Amino acid sequence: MAVLDIRRKLAILADAAKYDASCASSGGEKRDSVGGKGVGSTEGMGICHAYAPDGRCISLLKILLTNFCIYDCAYCINRVSSNTLRARFSVKEVVDLTLNFYKRNYIEGLFLSSGVIRNGDYTMEEMVRIAKSLRLEHDFRGYIHLKLIPEASPELAAEAGLYADRVSINIELPRDDSLKSLAPEKDVGDIKRAMGRMRLAIDERAEPARKAARKTFARSQSTQLIVGADAAKDGDILARSASLYGAYRLSRVYYSAFSPIPDASHRLPSARPPLLREHRLYQADWLMRFYGFAQPEIIGEGEDLDLSVDPKTAWALRHRDRFPVDINLADRETLLRVPGLGAKAVDRILLARRQARLTIDDLRRVGAVVKRARAFVVAEGWTPGMATDGEHLKARLVEPAQLSLF
Amino acid sequence: MRVVRLSSEIDFDGWRRAARDLRAEGVSPETVIWTVERDLFEAAPIEKPAPAARAFTVPPAFVELARSVVLHRSSERLSLLYRLLWRLEREPRLIDNPADPDVAKARDMAKAVGRAIHKMHAFVRFRLVETDPETYAAWFEPAHRVTEAAAPFFARRFTNMTWTILTPDACVAWDGASLKVSDGADPAEAPSEDAQEELWRTYYASIFNPARLNERMMRQEMPKRYWRNLPEARLIPQLIETAQERAAAMVAASPSPAPDRVLKAALRQARDGSYNGDVPTSLDEVAAAVQVCRRCDLWRDATQGVAGEGAAHAPLMFVGEQPGDQEDLAGRPFVGPAGQVFNQALEEAGVPRDRTFITNAVKHFKHEPRGKRRIHKTPDRGEVQACRWWLDAERRLVRPRVIVALGATAAHAVMGKATPIAANRGRPLQLPDQGQAVVTYHPSFLLRLPDADARERARAEFVEDLRLAGELARLID
Repeated sequence: MAVLDIRRKLAILADAAKYDASCASSGGEKRDSVGGKGVGSTEGMGICHAYAPDGRCISLLKILLTNFCIYDCAYCINRVSSNTLRARFSVKEVVDLTLNFYKRNYIEGLFLSSGVIRNGDYTMEEMVRIAKSLRLEHDFRGYIHLKLIPEASPELAAEAGLYADRVSINIELPRDDSLKSLAPEKDVGDIKRAMGRMRLAIDERAEPARKAARKTFARSQSTQLIVGADAAKDGDILARSASLYGAYRLSRVYYSAFSPIPDASHRLPSARPPLLREHRLYQADWLMRFYGFAQPEIIGEGEDLDLSVDPKTAWALRHRDRFPVDINLADRETLLRVPGLGAKAVDRILLARRQARLTIDDLRRVGAVVKRARAFVVAEGWTPGMATDGEHLKARLVEPAQLSLF
Repeated sequence: MRVVRLSSEIDFDGWRRAARDLRAEGVSPETVIWTVERDLFEAAPIEKPAPAARAFTVPPAFVELARSVVLHRSSERLSLLYRLLWRLEREPRLIDNPADPDVAKARDMAKAVGRAIHKMHAFVRFRLVETDPETYAAWFEPAHRVTEAAAPFFARRFTNMTWTILTPDACVAWDGASLKVSDGADPAEAPSEDAQEELWRTYYASIFNPARLNERMMRQEMPKRYWRNLPEARLIPQLIETAQERAAAMVAASPSPAPDRVLKAALRQARDGSYNGDVPTSLDEVAAAVQVCRRCDLWRDATQGVAGEGAAHAPLMFVGEQPGDQEDLAGRPFVGPAGQVFNQALEEAGVPRDRTFITNAVKHFKHEPRGKRRIHKTPDRGEVQACRWWLDAERRLVRPRVIVALGATAAHAVMGKATPIAANRGRPLQLPDQGQAVVTYHPSFLLRLPDADARERARAEFVEDLRLAGELARLID
């Protein structure tokens, strides 16, 4: 086999990692390199050091340790039956690359994932060695996100937690039956048990009583669901997310529109990724996490979201009897359910209306999307009249521009 | 007209002094012109406003806002700030009104300044100048005059490197101990390349997914004004141009057949079933088989099945309702809050836990997600019935002398019919298989009782029932 230089390896192993949507570097503990020997800091808020032409944030050096893999997951470019080019980094190569990029301010840190070679434990051990070398030998204080191999032993997962700021395990397929058919070697039980153990470990370390004595430990975990690779409806996907948020206190569930991959398996649709659907799922996810909506209110299992309007507007159109809402009187929970009002705008409305009755123009200045909100609110000098009940209201709220986001 | 000259574009203290005096003097905002002293030699003498008549206070939020707004490149910023200060005298709560046009404008400027600082943290690209000691330099053009404000971040992050950031407004240098600020520089003074940039461009090109091209989003977050100082940006036009074609090729490409060798290896790797569906013949088999149980739908949202655990031929078996949140995560029965109540009561009763067997009537956690919590739901009769298969297997394998049913659900499962706790607790009940049963409260019932007296009474009864069971099982003399 030809020996690949570092540039070729990087090209192959970054390409192989790009189907993972997560690149967040937020939520780490606050720390810097003052008083240390190495470089690095995390200040809570993540930083995107560049944006690729796909509009996605590049915050971390997101690579695989290797794209050799013994598994045959149909949706994955690295599955054993794919004829893709293979490469493998050494521990030192990843450590050097991370430090060199970090010192030039290209990245916030490392996001390391891997194909499974030999077995889960062997692979996890190699990944942990990299994180350990960065932290202990180089006193690296930047961000580290490690992907956990679900089949790896609980001890290795716990060690990964010692060096990483975040760990994640991708469930990938929203439905268990499709996981079985498209990823025959993956076991959803293994994944859930690994997430369960990790939540217990994170909870335990976060307990105030143990905080003083604790070593730093991962603060959060996340997962990813692929959208459009199986027959799961949006309602099924959101129900799965709601269950995951509740069970494992995930900081995020990422939705990744299934992207055609070179040398795809014939078991999968070969089509453009459903980006608008992915966008609507994120909006619905936000409604669950920050706007007080429960999953069944947004969409039932077995149903799909309406792609033509955002899920909050869709909800409002189904519940016109609750509108219009008086922005000068309504409480926070009610305001959060008005289309066009974000959480920040709502907080500003609550502040501003202590001083004066708010008009539609005021609404614009506090950062609301007036075009969407106007049919649903009453303000000083403004009533929507019959607009709320208007037959054609939906048609006026559909944004053709949104649809071009393919 | 009053002309006020500040010593630099970001001279906040100078603005503050002058503004304080002007307001005290009653000089209205329309009559003040704010300028910056660029050339000290041609400067007209600075007009000294009359000494302050009286001190006044402003909300801290205004001072904070003003510190940011001063860094904005807009020429209106200083007069806007003075207008706000002026209005604060009559409208002391002005700053709390996000809908006021002046406040909104200042807030937008502060936001733009904040964003410029954030983008500077993101887009500065260091180049190696010297390896020993490791020294770096960067050329950067910030959107607003934020160089000094952005610098401490780099000092915290790259404390143990030596570095300089050059900008047209100002330069900041870190020598490992302190930050030094000097006048603006020229791009020619910065290094022009770094060997790592080729690797960085390789990464940038490889991480981009052409099937998701979204130029608008990229430009919104990485405005073109920054491109000329980003080594990766030169790739953008070509990546965009070829994206459509590459994506189309990916969609069109038909899958190539997998190599034979690989398929065979994959088949070998495929797992064998851990459980064949027959009646389990050991407790280990029960524990493995519960994981693949599909007798009802509860497995779907649960982490795992939780089988019983304890001494293999324990004379005493406890049956609870179902695993809770903690049990579901850990895969073991009675480890959560109810488990702690249970353990304590067991100890008081003098029953050694390690000589008993502990399990649940239902092996998966039934719940409803609510935000970041899971709310317990009582399993229905069908679920209890479906799960009796496992409970019966455990009973058959352990063969306990006495079974304690904790709570109504367990009592129903153990006795095979509804057996109210209050009417049946405190005495041995006969089981059809020669064994005896005791029914008592579920420990989480004790946790939920709001009245302290009632709770104490129920707890005492609970301990009494455990002691009775221990005696029947001959674990206590």
